[in-house]
Amino acid sequence: MEFADEAPKLLMLLYGLVAFVVVVGGLLLLLDAVPNYFARRREQRLIAASTAKGGPGGDGPAPAARPRRGEGLFAAFFLFPAIALLLIGLVVPAVRTTLLSFMDGGSVNWVGLRNYGWMFSQPEILDVLANTLMWVVLVPLLATSMGLLYAVLVDKARFEAIAKSLIFMPMAISFVGAGIIWKFVYAYRSEEQEQIGLLNQIAVSLGGEPKQWLLNSPLNTLLLIAVMVWIQAGFAMVVLSAAIKAIPAEIVEAARLDGVNAWQMFRRVTLPSIRPALIVVVVTISIATLKVFDIVRTMTNGNFNTSVIANEMYNQAFRFGQVGQGSALAVFLFVLVIPIVIYQIRNLRQQREG
Amino acid sequence: MAVFTRPRQALVIASVLGIALSAAACSGDDSSGTNADSPECAAYEPYKGHDGTEVTVYASIRDAEADLLEQSWAEFQDCTGIEINYEGSGEFEAQLPVRVDGGNPPDIALIPQPGLIKRFADAGKLKPTSADTKAMAEKNYPAEWLKYGTVNGQFYGAPFGSNVKSFVWYSPKTFQEKGYTVPTTWQELIALSDKVVADGQKPWCVGIESGEGTGWPATDWIEDIMLRENAPEVYDQWVDHGIPFSDPRIAAAFERAGSILKNPAYVNAGYGDVKSISTTSFQEAGLPIVDGKCTLHRQASFYANQWPQGTRVAEDGDVFAFYFPPVDPSRGKPVLGGGEFAAAFADRPEVQAFQTYLASSEHANARAKLGNWVSANKGVDLNNVANPIDKLSVQILQDTNAVFRFDGSDLMPAAVGAGTFWKGMIDWINGKDTASTLTFVEQSWPQ
Repeated sequence: MEFADEAPKLLMLLYGLVAFVVVVGGLLLLLDAVPNYFARRREQRLIAASTAKGGPGGDGPAPAARPRRGEGLFAAFFLFPAIALLLIGLVVPAVRTTLLSFMDGGSVNWVGLRNYGWMFSQPEILDVLANTLMWVVLVPLLATSMGLLYAVLVDKARFEAIAKSLIFMPMAISFVGAGIIWKFVYAYRSEEQEQIGLLNQIAVSLGGEPKQWLLNSPLNTLLLIAVMVWIQAGFAMVVLSAAIKAIPAEIVEAARLDGVNAWQMFRRVTLPSIRPALIVVVVTISIATLKVFDIVRTMTNGNFNTSVIANEMYNQAFRFGQVGQGSALAVFLFVLVIPIVIYQIRNLRQQREG
Repeated sequence: MAVFTRPRQALVIASVLGIALSAAACSGDDSSGTNADSPECAAYEPYKGHDGTEVTVYASIRDAEADLLEQSWAEFQDCTGIEINYEGSGEFEAQLPVRVDGGNPPDIALIPQPGLIKRFADAGKLKPTSADTKAMAEKNYPAEWLKYGTVNGQFYGAPFGSNVKSFVWYSPKTFQEKGYTVPTTWQELIALSDKVVADGQKPWCVGIESGEGTGWPATDWIEDIMLRENAPEVYDQWVDHGIPFSDPRIAAAFERAGSILKNPAYVNAGYGDVKSISTTSFQEAGLPIVDGKCTLHRQASFYANQWPQGTRVAEDGDVFAFYFPPVDPSRGKPVLGGGEFAAAFADRPEVQAFQTYLASSEHANARAKLGNWVSANKGVDLNNVANPIDKLSVQILQDTNAVFRFDGSDLMPAAVGAGTFWKGMIDWINGKDTASTLTFVEQSWPQ
């Protein structure tokens, strides 16, 4: 590979960076300038009002209710981009996908619920659903518990910053990149050759035989899950670590005076205090896991019984020309995410009231 | 809080940078002026009259091959003033439908799957070719090739490049040293394999991993054997589902393929056991031949591009290929192959002119001269084909006695041909029995 061949790609990257700076810079500028402008206006109004009342320090009643009209405009201004993007990027496609899921492969004829019937009657699609379930149960559980354990252990340790950045680093790697890295870790070469895969090299060094790790179900799905956990544990660790640091010192102090041991401290003080953060982490990772696609597609392409819903949806809709079946899978995925989101919203509301 | 100390300045700098960059990018491609009156342009007379127009071409051909392709129509661009804008993508099969459905189709796509042509034609997305293109294609290509570009009696895609799949790669050097001879029947092929086993080696190396296309090299085995055990009509019925996929004749072809592919004594030379077939990439699969670890590798003519640099591909060189021998000599000389078809999504005159040019023997020869190219075009002069394996492929394609058939999985509906057939082959190699594999594929056939 010549470096010169990559020039167009690098140029595109540069474009992306510049576009990012322009867009984000513009947004920040707006967010910076607009409230300032409104604040200045209000100040002017207040000054004008107070001078009208007769000199500065006039003890007229403070304006209790701000003018409603201005506030409505203010809210609309900030809501507009979000609502427009939601409409374009979520609501319209969701409605369209739902409609497509009641049509045939070429999106020509209405077929009613046939695609949904297909989904729950094909043995290999049922395998896909089972695999997705395995992902959704294991990844949030493992990633969160590892992140939590790590956050508690390195809290106030000597090299905390370094230790934390080591765990956090995989977060910076894209799923595809991680998939390729781990594909090499699991790579197989026959016994008479040099092993290029780390895992098989370890196995051989310990006197075992090299194995085709990604061929046998369900072990292969567990090995793919390990990749996602490797990426997400860092995220969980950072958020939970911040939550632990935010526990008021008085509570910790009081618990110490009452003579708790480390386990009681964790169980009765730390966990209840960071519960909101814990929920946020679990929910975020769950939603990310439901949508997992890149890892599976990069490492096994869904072969050897490792496919998940998103991968199957892509194959059906974009490779096999079965748009109806792909859309049905997409709708099903959407339905699976809804309860998690509702739970999260309820939680937020409770916190606000509590 | 202020984000920038001087927000306006930052914004100005960013915008100026952005504008400067786009300007730099735009000044990059300087189109060469047309010299339409030069003598070598006389040949392009029929295509003239569309100066200053543009035709976009989209295909799966990338990198070095794509450069050669663009070189091959450079003269056409110069003489006619039609600018050809080529884009190659590794995601071609998945991206093309997305682009077409999204209302952003290329003018011309080089489609390697007749099944995909049928899908677009049925959806009314493709434009039938002009009469000129049709006449040009009829003049230059055998009738069976034209059939693959025809849907419901309308001609949509003119054949373009091709490849021959019925090849077994071997090392002529090794054959000479060990006293092996090139087999000409299936029995001889098996006898040779046994001889290699007796010499203490596994004879065959196979790899079917190919990213999201994993499995396709194994389907070629089945297709090749189907053609060798049955009449071509049976093959045609098989690909258009006239007979079920679980028919005993297909099971027999699977069993014969399995006598090599699933035989632990025969595979997988240089890589391990039978199961290593599904994780060995098709690009690497034949390479142990060069190291003397493998003797036989069944793969298409285009595998010539995969050998390490400095490998001589010739009848007396480091590697070469022989014709995958027939099972039943009474069936003649069946040839399995593949290729692209130039189909158009627009019917502007410049698009039709270029489509006609792509079907001409002038273009086929211009491309052949640049090397690494095979076409079924009858006008290809063998003297223009330098590389021995390409020469052999062109000879086979131009051989009127050969019974040519197109790659079956490319003719089947994508759900099977790019889906369950591939998946079925992977599971079958990894130990699933033939009967349940065939049932699995049969059940997935779109209604």
